[in-house]
Amino acid sequence: MSDLPSHANVVVIGAGIVGNSVIGHLAELGWRDIVQIDKGPLPNPGGSTGHASNFIFPVDHNREMAAMNLDSQRQYVEMGVNTYCGGIEIARKPERLEELRRRMSSAKAWGIEASLLSPTEVKELVPFINEKIVLGGFYTPSVSVVDSLRAGTIFRERSMAKGALQTFANIEVLAVETSNGRVTAVVTDQGRIEAEHVVIACGVWSPRIAAMAGASIPLTPAVHQMIDVGPIPVLEATNCEVGFPIVRDMDTFCYERQSAGSMEVGSYAHRPIFMRPNEIPSIKESRLSPTELPFTAEDFDQQLEEALELMPDILATAEMKYAINGLLSLTPDGFPLIGPMVEVKNLWSAAAIWIKEGPGAGRMLAEWMTDGTPEIDPHHSDIARFYPYARNDFHVRARCAEHFNKTYGIVHPREQWASERNIRTAPYHSRTEALGAVYFQAGGWERPHWYESNAPLVEKYGVEDRPHEWDRRWWSPISVAEHLAMRDGVAMVDLAPFVVFEVSGSGALEYMQMMTVNSVDVAVGRSVYTPVLDVNGGFRSDLTIMRTGEQSFRVVTGAFDGPRDEFWFRSHLPESGSVQFVDRTSALCTIGVWGSKARDLVSKVTDHDLSTEAFPYGSHQEALFGSLSVHMFRISYVGEFGWEIYVPMENATAVWDRLWVAGQGLGVVPVGAGVYGTSGRIEKGYRLMGSELDNEYTPVEAGLARPKVKSADFIGKAQYLAAREAGPSALLCTLTVEDHVSPRDGIKRYMTGGEPILHVTGDRIVDPKGRPSVVTTAGMGPSVGKFLLLAYLPLDLAVVGTELRVMYMNELYPVKVAVAGSTPLFDPTDARLKA
Amino acid sequence: MRVLVCVKRVSAPGARITLTADGRAIDTRNLGFTTSPHEECAVEEAIRLVEKHGGEATVLTLGGAAAEEQLRYAVSVGIGAAALVTHPTLDTTHANGGDGGIDAEWDAQATARGLVDAIRELEATGGVFDLVLFGNESADAGSFQVGVRVARALWRPIVNGIKGIEVEETSVTARRESSVGFEVYCLGLPAVLGVKEGLNLPRYPTLPGRLKSKKTVVNVIGVERIAGGMRAEQLINPVETVSETVMLGTGASSAPAIADLLQELGLA
Repeated sequence: MSDLPSHANVVVIGAGIVGNSVIGHLAELGWRDIVQIDKGPLPNPGGSTGHASNFIFPVDHNREMAAMNLDSQRQYVEMGVNTYCGGIEIARKPERLEELRRRMSSAKAWGIEASLLSPTEVKELVPFINEKIVLGGFYTPSVSVVDSLRAGTIFRERSMAKGALQTFANIEVLAVETSNGRVTAVVTDQGRIEAEHVVIACGVWSPRIAAMAGASIPLTPAVHQMIDVGPIPVLEATNCEVGFPIVRDMDTFCYERQSAGSMEVGSYAHRPIFMRPNEIPSIKESRLSPTELPFTAEDFDQQLEEALELMPDILATAEMKYAINGLLSLTPDGFPLIGPMVEVKNLWSAAAIWIKEGPGAGRMLAEWMTDGTPEIDPHHSDIARFYPYARNDFHVRARCAEHFNKTYGIVHPREQWASERNIRTAPYHSRTEALGAVYFQAGGWERPHWYESNAPLVEKYGVEDRPHEWDRRWWSPISVAEHLAMRDGVAMVDLAPFVVFEVSGSGALEYMQMMTVNSVDVAVGRSVYTPVLDVNGGFRSDLTIMRTGEQSFRVVTGAFDGPRDEFWFRSHLPESGSVQFVDRTSALCTIGVWGSKARDLVSKVTDHDLSTEAFPYGSHQEALFGSLSVHMFRISYVGEFGWEIYVPMENATAVWDRLWVAGQGLGVVPVGAGVYGTSGRIEKGYRLMGSELDNEYTPVEAGLARPKVKSADFIGKAQYLAAREAGPSALLCTLTVEDHVSPRDGIKRYMTGGEPILHVTGDRIVDPKGRPSVVTTAGMGPSVGKFLLLAYLPLDLAVVGTELRVMYMNELYPVKVAVAGSTPLFDPTDARLKA
Repeated sequence: MRVLVCVKRVSAPGARITLTADGRAIDTRNLGFTTSPHEECAVEEAIRLVEKHGGEATVLTLGGAAAEEQLRYAVSVGIGAAALVTHPTLDTTHANGGDGGIDAEWDAQATARGLVDAIRELEATGGVFDLVLFGNESADAGSFQVGVRVARALWRPIVNGIKGIEVEETSVTARRESSVGFEVYCLGLPAVLGVKEGLNLPRYPTLPGRLKSKKTVVNVIGVERIAGGMRAEQLINPVETVSETVMLGTGASSAPAIADLLQELGLA
């Protein structure tokens, strides 16, 4: 029997690349008394790490993922287990060439060397490729192959050398015990270990272990087929593990990767094949390993034909020596599941992480456990990001079935899901539907993005269409027209997805002060817009808070951040029970009425005094719409006069109808989230959590620091004070695109966000903290007649009038700094807002 | 020459075999399917014989529709033709995703009769098979009977346990290992041989081979199922013997412990 300890500071379950990275970084950060267990043998316990193809293509359109890829690769290099081989993503179809140009822009954004190749140049690097079917390639010299098993061993050895770690193999977890919502022990077939912290890092088995603690890890084990074909003389002649660039045959969703004398062909093209964690065979039941399931050849035949077409000379005679249905982890949105689990305190998740981001993810979690937040903003990977409807197997499978074949797909930044739609709808959904609403999903809600009924406005306002299909995808000129109509008259906006929390109790004021930067100790009936800081002084959220009583507050946040914000607030509730926190999202519906005629409209449905003297900007009041009680809040995210109107769900349709009828003589237009979330917002310079705001930037840099700091303590205060003292390293700016015409084909192009802002020379812009300047939001500013980009710029460039470039689809377009800081480009004095 | 290889679709389990709830079959939900290593060698030998002597090799199995997978695999490595000997009950086996009804399993007697009927049908149209190859025994039932029964019914000579084959004009020389060396048999053609793993090193399919096998038309031959015979009532997993691994240490420092152990075992 093993000498399993009865107590540990932290138990890490899993000894694949993720568990090993976690223990390695915990030990590095000073943690001791770490116990790592795995049900399999070492160094390959039989999980997904053991059969991984082990390559890293560092370029990713997503900043967080690219950062984790680069961090991981740096770590593999430091451990001496990284072999650079280069990699080429090839295009067979014309639309892929455009995607490769887009990847060039992302490579530039993250500072990764890359180039576009002609078919001949592809052939020069990969002589056995059939260049006749290749239209071009995207070459990244820093693509590498890593030894993830060896890396795991190194992490363990280094931790053991510090006296920080004991690892036990061949131990099965039977239960995870909790008490009062906190994890207390891990029960195994070889004994019970009490622990302060437990980390679930067991890949495809993670949901099963989480369920033992009454928690959820929303991933599904999914098949990724892979074959090994050899021997191939030209590969054998390299006399090394990998001597040729890895080829990603993007349009067939396959890759070809040299593995010594043979070629691995892997596929994301076959039908989605999922398992449930409890169905995965045990080690003893498995012919190979539990995650190397029997190959279903018929699912791969199409890929065989395509691989043969691509590399006929070497693949025609070689034999298929090894073929598996390998299991890996998929999540509903394709991002990892990292961080503290919402259901159980001190229970942590590090799951759905692939080789390429493993060590970076391990560092992220270890920093989170140590400092309370990681260095890389974990917005997309945070396991707290899911609403309850997204935490179950049904949703996981529906979404994973949809995105599995998009692993190598061309995914538009605005692309909407087809599955799991119409699961959250506003009570007046039939009304917006009748108006031709085109719905985008926000936090599971069907939210109108624009209304086809407004199509005639396009001509009225002479809105220019976008000539390129990519720029026009998931977009409509109607949205611009809606915007202008709102500014001209009055608009109704469906805000049902708003997340609303009610905070009350004898400790509510003190608690809310602790959570927010700006003082919430305002008069009852007033409101506060405030950053909420992470422990590092970066953004955790930004919120609007209404003081509804001496000891009660209404907190409103956006649909996309509701679950993260709820977890943040709940996890800081005082243990004394002096604060009650209630999520009222499903009880309250919100309708926005904005525009110069908003008062005219609303006054038709209520006798309430709507004059600015009686109902000033920033205030909120209870009112009666006939017999219906509503809560009106004079605020606007689109910079217009008007109200957010909060109503009980059951009254929402009636209120919508009354407002709609009242608006008919005033030319009311329904306005979608294209205006609310982008055009109306950015011409007012309003920031959005997850776009402009994250924990890598401070309120000082975002232009949201007020002249004075409140005396009350709050989370991140010391860091905030230090940031004020030090001054910003970069400042959030609004830039205008000065010329949209593509130098390549002469048609007008419109950015989608995520593009690098560059010097006029085309060189990268990086601030003193190493953060590149990247477009955080892109969109039309219809009322200012310019296409706007928000981006952080180093101070020397954050000057109005500075001329720069934005790289879009590998081409440079001139841009100019229009605003440095948070002054609105439209209505800079907020005259409309405060009218 | 005309060579026939008879194979059987069997599950490919790991070290521990899970049984179905009724204990009458192996739970194959997570398992792949294959043929026995003996049969893989039989297939390889058939391909080599045809490569050397010309003619055609045919692979044949008795089973449900799912058993086409094993036929196509044989075609993917070089067998020219495939025949599926079948009967409606064979689609109800667990291995075919059926419920494993009472008539699902065919014992050696029923199987041999089915094969003989099919072989006679194939020979009536295509001519006599000079050589019929079986694996020495199946990987699952291990009855060692089907080949012998088929040979007897066809009134052809058979030797089992073969690890070497040389074909001449009218005869075949077959070698099998014994405890003291090799036994060498000379059989007049047509003949039947049961071969063992080690006869050769089977090849893997090529990509074009796999793609060609998909297009191969399988000759489906319906046969009757004779009544009676044996059927499995219950499968029982033997009690597992647990062996514990003792770490003697790592690196050079473990040498004394290893030396002690070798002495203890009387090996040093």
